[in-house]
Amino acid sequence: MGGITFGYLARRLTVFFLTIWISATLIWLIPRVAPGDPISAMVARMTRQAGYVENSDVIIEGWKARFGLNDPLPVQYLRYLGNIIRLDFGYSLAFFPTPVNEIIGRALPWTVGLLLVAITITFLLGNFLGALLAWRQTPRLIKYIIPLGMIFTSIPSILAALFLIYVFAYMLDWFPMIGSYARGMQPAFNMEFIASVIKHGTLPALSIVLVSFGYWTLGMRGMMVTVEGEDYMHLARAKGLNPFYVLYRYMVRNAILPQVTALAITLGTLVSGQVLVEYIFSYQGMGTVIFTAIRNQDYTVIQGASFFVIVLTALSVLIIDLIYPMIDPRITYERK
Amino acid sequence: MTESKEARHPVLKVRDLKVYYETPKGDVLAVDGINFDLYEGETLGLVGESGCGKSTAAMGILQLVVPPGRIAGGEVLLEGHSLLGLPENMLRSIRWIKLALIPQGAMNSLNPTMKVCDQIKDVIIAHEGKRARKDIRQRILKLLATVGLPGRVYDMYPHELSGGMKQRVCIAMAIALNPTIIIADEATSALDVVVQRIVAQTLLKVKQALGVSMIMIGHDMGLMAQMVDRIAVMYAGKIVEIAPVADLFANPRHPYSQLLIESIPSLKERKPLKITEGITHDPRNPPPGCIFQLRCPFVMDKCRVVAPPGLEVKPGQIVACHLYQENKDGSMVNVANAAGNT
Ligand SMILES: Nc1ncnc2c1ncn2[C@@H]1O[C@H](COP(=O)(O)OP(=O)(O)OP(=O)(O)O)[C@@H](O)[C@H]1O
Ligand SMILES: [Mg+2]
Repeated sequence: MGGITFGYLARRLTVFFLTIWISATLIWLIPRVAPGDPISAMVARMTRQAGYVENSDVIIEGWKARFGLNDPLPVQYLRYLGNIIRLDFGYSLAFFPTPVNEIIGRALPWTVGLLLVAITITFLLGNFLGALLAWRQTPRLIKYIIPLGMIFTSIPSILAALFLIYVFAYMLDWFPMIGSYARGMQPAFNMEFIASVIKHGTLPALSIVLVSFGYWTLGMRGMMVTVEGEDYMHLARAKGLNPFYVLYRYMVRNAILPQVTALAITLGTLVSGQVLVEYIFSYQGMGTVIFTAIRNQDYTVIQGASFFVIVLTALSVLIIDLIYPMIDPRITYERK
Repeated sequence: MTESKEARHPVLKVRDLKVYYETPKGDVLAVDGINFDLYEGETLGLVGESGCGKSTAAMGILQLVVPPGRIAGGEVLLEGHSLLGLPENMLRSIRWIKLALIPQGAMNSLNPTMKVCDQIKDVIIAHEGKRARKDIRQRILKLLATVGLPGRVYDMYPHELSGGMKQRVCIAMAIALNPTIIIADEATSALDVVVQRIVAQTLLKVKQALGVSMIMIGHDMGLMAQMVDRIAVMYAGKIVEIAPVADLFANPRHPYSQLLIESIPSLKERKPLKITEGITHDPRNPPPGCIFQLRCPFVMDKCRVVAPPGLEVKPGQIVACHLYQENKDGSMVNVANAAGNT
């Protein structure tokens, strides 16, 4: 019948939390096996800033005790998990009294917003063009033009971003080069602010769309060609239905299903691609936060931001997985 | 006999229809000049081995030949009007109202993402316009009942149905608009024997109730014998014999028809499967002369040069074979028998 059963939901949620738990563990583990540690890094930074720090050994020991770094590892790990459950990542080391959550809280909505817009446009546009490429009734001219639009597909998003900045921000000055909204503007829900957000978001979104829509176009064309050869297409034509109806109800409707699966699979890559783009545009999202933190060796922020990016990705995949049975009636999830 | 045939009115005339598939190594002559009439209310069987062009002929009649295939010539006249060269929107308006199809491989002929009711509904709406939902529902339920399906099928998706049920959904769909002609392309060949009988009976029942003309494609000679009025035997893109079913079974004239009928398995006597020597020719490059010459046990010199024309050896029984010749007085003679070398 399609639709989601309770058992499926429970299983899928288990996988979701398992993913997050494993990634959280890795995030905790990696800094502990990697050379260098946050506190020496911080003292080193203070040394750089102040020239000399008195009693640095004492300070290091004091902090180690304060952060519980002298406790046995399992105790540290459990305490860490406890903090994560409460979404408490402590304080930024680079901007000390600022809590990590505050930094992430400021950045996350921007990333989610950009991600939603960029992926939605990419997916819809890519699949729409792919469907047109494969459809018999599409005018020739369109079939010649679409591949031209796909030249960006083979280049990395960073290059596309730089190209867009050069042409549309530097040369033509149509769009601002960096930022999420005009400097000095107060975030508010009014036309002026929204306009500014759209203006600042266009180039970042465009560089994501440009490099990835071709992927969907090619995939969709392939799927459409496969569907075209299915027996039910033959019957649909024999029935004398309206060609547009056949296009969306018989062809696109079936061809899109593997594309949705592909979307779930590639979401991780899309998110990490966006992280780079955000950094280039100094877009105040998670990407910029992560890069700044890495440069500052701001371990707590790196930890928190990575964790949220992982949760964001896992959540998107979860949502797609929950939607999928509703669009493909053949999937029922009633095994076991 | 001749008179009654004349009195009957042909709804479909196929004249010298040619459908070729373009391949890098030349055209495959899948259907190469077939001729037949389909009379009102009649069921015509189209038999022949796999790959002889039966489905291609059906697509040629339905104007559904898609590349790399093309209609290379001939004429398809539906109630006197030519279908060839009609623009697609004109064709669309007569599709399913005049010409319905029960497709080969009904297993995959239903859209997996649409409920059964929606797939029957869309063809009704496409040709009759929007209707009250309740009326359409009643109508579809009635169609399902006609083919012996329970009402719960209405809300089901194709994957929830068995092969036989899908097949019957296709039959229900085919009769939804009371078409003039139904082409059933091996409507039963993918089913087990029991379900095959049930579906065949459903088909027969529906046919009798509606009085439609039908072209039944298949290779099950036993089933054909029970279902059809006339049989056309096809070999390598050509119709080699066409005859009333009783005549063809009692007295098949073309060597290929004889072979087909001999090969019907029988429980009463076990006979060795007869495999004719020689191979089928390359469909891209048929030999000059008769199409069956490579496998024909009676092949003569003439067969390798001249293609045999259709000859009415008996009223209603037309054979394309050099074995039969018309005497000056109009009587038929079997050349092979006359020469005494059968
Ligand atoms: N797309 C194609 N390209 C090239 N040749 C094709 C194509 N489709 C069919 N043919 C050829 O046309 C011939 C007739 O095929 P068709 O499907 O009409 O056979 P059939 O009599 O319906 O066989 P079956 O009983 O197996 O359904 C075959 O020789 C086949 O190889
Ligand atoms: Mg066939």
